[in-house]
Amino acid sequence: MAHGPAKGIGRWLFATNHKDIGTMYLWFSFAMFLLGGAFAMIIRAELFAPGMQLIKPEFFNQMTTMHGLIMVFGAIMPSFVGLANWMVPLQIGAPDMALPRMNNLSFWILPFGFALLASTLFMEGGAPNFGWTFYAPLSTTYAPDTVNFFIFGVHIIGASSIMGSINIIATILNLRAPGMTMMKLPLFVWTWLITAFLLVAVMPVLAGAVTMMLMDINFGTSFFDAAGGGDPVLFQHIFWFFGHPEVYIIILPAFGVISEIIPTFSRKPLFGYSSMVYATSAIAFLSFIVWAHHMFTTGMPIAGELYFMYATMLIAVPTGVKVFNWITTMFRGSLTFETPMLFAIAVVILFTFGGFTGLMLAVAPADIQYHDSYFVVGHFHYVMVAGAVFSMSGAVYYWLPKWTGKMYDETMGKMQFWIAFVGFNIAFIPQHFLGLAGMPRRYADYALQFSDWNMVSSIGAFMYGAAQLMFLYNVISTIVSGKPSTEEKTWEGAQGLEWTLPSPAPFHTFSTPPNVK
Amino acid sequence: MSINATQKITLKLVVAAVGMFVFAVFLMPPLYDVFCELTGIGGKTKGQYQGATVAVDGEREIKIQFVATNNGAMPWDFSPVEYQVRVHPGEKKAVEFYARNPTARDMVAQAVPNITPNNAADFFHKTECFCFNRQPLKAGEETKMGLVFIVDPELPASVTTITLSYTLFDVTDAAETSALAANN
Repeated sequence: MAHGPAKGIGRWLFATNHKDIGTMYLWFSFAMFLLGGAFAMIIRAELFAPGMQLIKPEFFNQMTTMHGLIMVFGAIMPSFVGLANWMVPLQIGAPDMALPRMNNLSFWILPFGFALLASTLFMEGGAPNFGWTFYAPLSTTYAPDTVNFFIFGVHIIGASSIMGSINIIATILNLRAPGMTMMKLPLFVWTWLITAFLLVAVMPVLAGAVTMMLMDINFGTSFFDAAGGGDPVLFQHIFWFFGHPEVYIIILPAFGVISEIIPTFSRKPLFGYSSMVYATSAIAFLSFIVWAHHMFTTGMPIAGELYFMYATMLIAVPTGVKVFNWITTMFRGSLTFETPMLFAIAVVILFTFGGFTGLMLAVAPADIQYHDSYFVVGHFHYVMVAGAVFSMSGAVYYWLPKWTGKMYDETMGKMQFWIAFVGFNIAFIPQHFLGLAGMPRRYADYALQFSDWNMVSSIGAFMYGAAQLMFLYNVISTIVSGKPSTEEKTWEGAQGLEWTLPSPAPFHTFSTPPNVK
Repeated sequence: MSINATQKITLKLVVAAVGMFVFAVFLMPPLYDVFCELTGIGGKTKGQYQGATVAVDGEREIKIQFVATNNGAMPWDFSPVEYQVRVHPGEKKAVEFYARNPTARDMVAQAVPNITPNNAADFFHKTECFCFNRQPLKAGEETKMGLVFIVDPELPASVTTITLSYTLFDVTDAAETSALAANN
């Protein structure tokens, strides 16, 4: 009993093994990814042509809101927590996570949080319809009654996230194998350590924001209600004090993943390891002091606009260091282009593109023009999807042989990559044009001059959606009937403790800590 | 029972998380108010002016414009009696706003002021204002609501026009709730 997994459903319900919990996180987040993706398909189908064809505008608003909420909190964040569960103990030579029972709790409350959130779709009044940023008073005075389900859902999701982060920090700080000093940690572990600190710092602020909403809606307080002496702009400050670090919570683990993949397929150690660590820390610090660049149109005084504009531009410096290091790692390396490497290179290119549009948005006078337009939608999909989701896809292909002991089909993997890559760009490049031409975001309809690019964008979105179904097929067919791949080092250029273990990784690993030289 | 390293770090992180929640709910709103008050950002006006009377600066004349807006679906007729007045800094000036409740039910309103430009907010003193209190009006009733103000002679020289805007909120429900609470 002590040496193998339990039988039946109990193995999952009472799981304390980091690999089982990691697997559950990954599957759960993929299910959420498909749900949020289905919402995106509805949005793009409605926007395929001008005029209202498929759904009502009220439902369209619910779709944009739920798409954002589900993708950010349900798909991207839990997927990286799942990856951390699987890989952090393997990469630092630990037998398990530091707090296995809390690990179980932090996963198992998630389905309840999202059930609360998604159940609103079937209620009178409908799902949240105020945008994923849930600005007051849209989310308080004018919200449907179901907003309370949304609030409690966010509380649960936040609690899960905080517990997951505490677990990851405790594991990294206390369970490293002898000789595994901080500056020997793989970069994925480093980026997650910093991400976890960000989460502990800002998830409670999000919980605070929704708690204040709850009080305003149900208990007559006036945190965000001007009639009672409150201020709706205060909501935006509190939300973005959470929201901007949140952006880096999503992207830093993705940076960690591609810092693992690129050296492997360049057959060179990562260039500038310590500068990567410092750059990550610098990004994390800066993320706390730039939040109001989301609020340039609220009527900030000029000094505030200048400060937030320059501070935001400063983030390009450590980010540039990272991009430079990835490119330099590839420079004169013996490159091969297996599927994980293709995803990693795509991240470097497309994330940089998204970073540049971010710089454009950082310029306060320009932002006042771009604000709330499709340019912003294009920008953040380049960093969220092409940054986080692409690197997650790459990570799954990269470590799947280690998890399952089976090799995915390289041709199918490459095909999925190219369909996703081409589809993604067809979907989101046109949105930049639409935004610059003045198309506002979050509307169910648009003026006729935007028709052509919207149709192109929708076609790209359907392509990208199809690529995800192919991804699901690839993963399942690998698990079911993949070619056995049992050597320890799946990739001959790979470095790190996880590649000293047999494939598939046994249920218990590093029960005796390895010696790291 | 001794506390091991994992329990220690967990405890610290839980305290940090709870601390951040407390910071968000109990410290951020008051800090925001203090920050806005100190800097004048947001155009919030001060409460009732208690300062001494000051010498009138007859050389300067400031244009004061009034804007009256209804929030959301607030049905009252609400407008300044005079849309614009000219005052010398230091001079005490009284103006009136007209309000009428055209509905068939008794209502309570709250006016929320805002000053433009922001750097004038500190120098616009109100000795009396209908915005200090909730304004009840019975069904069909109309009223004139008073405002008495002094522009401080210290007003920055760059400011020649001050716009004072009032947004009228329907607080009937909130007023009933607090009245019920008071009766209990």
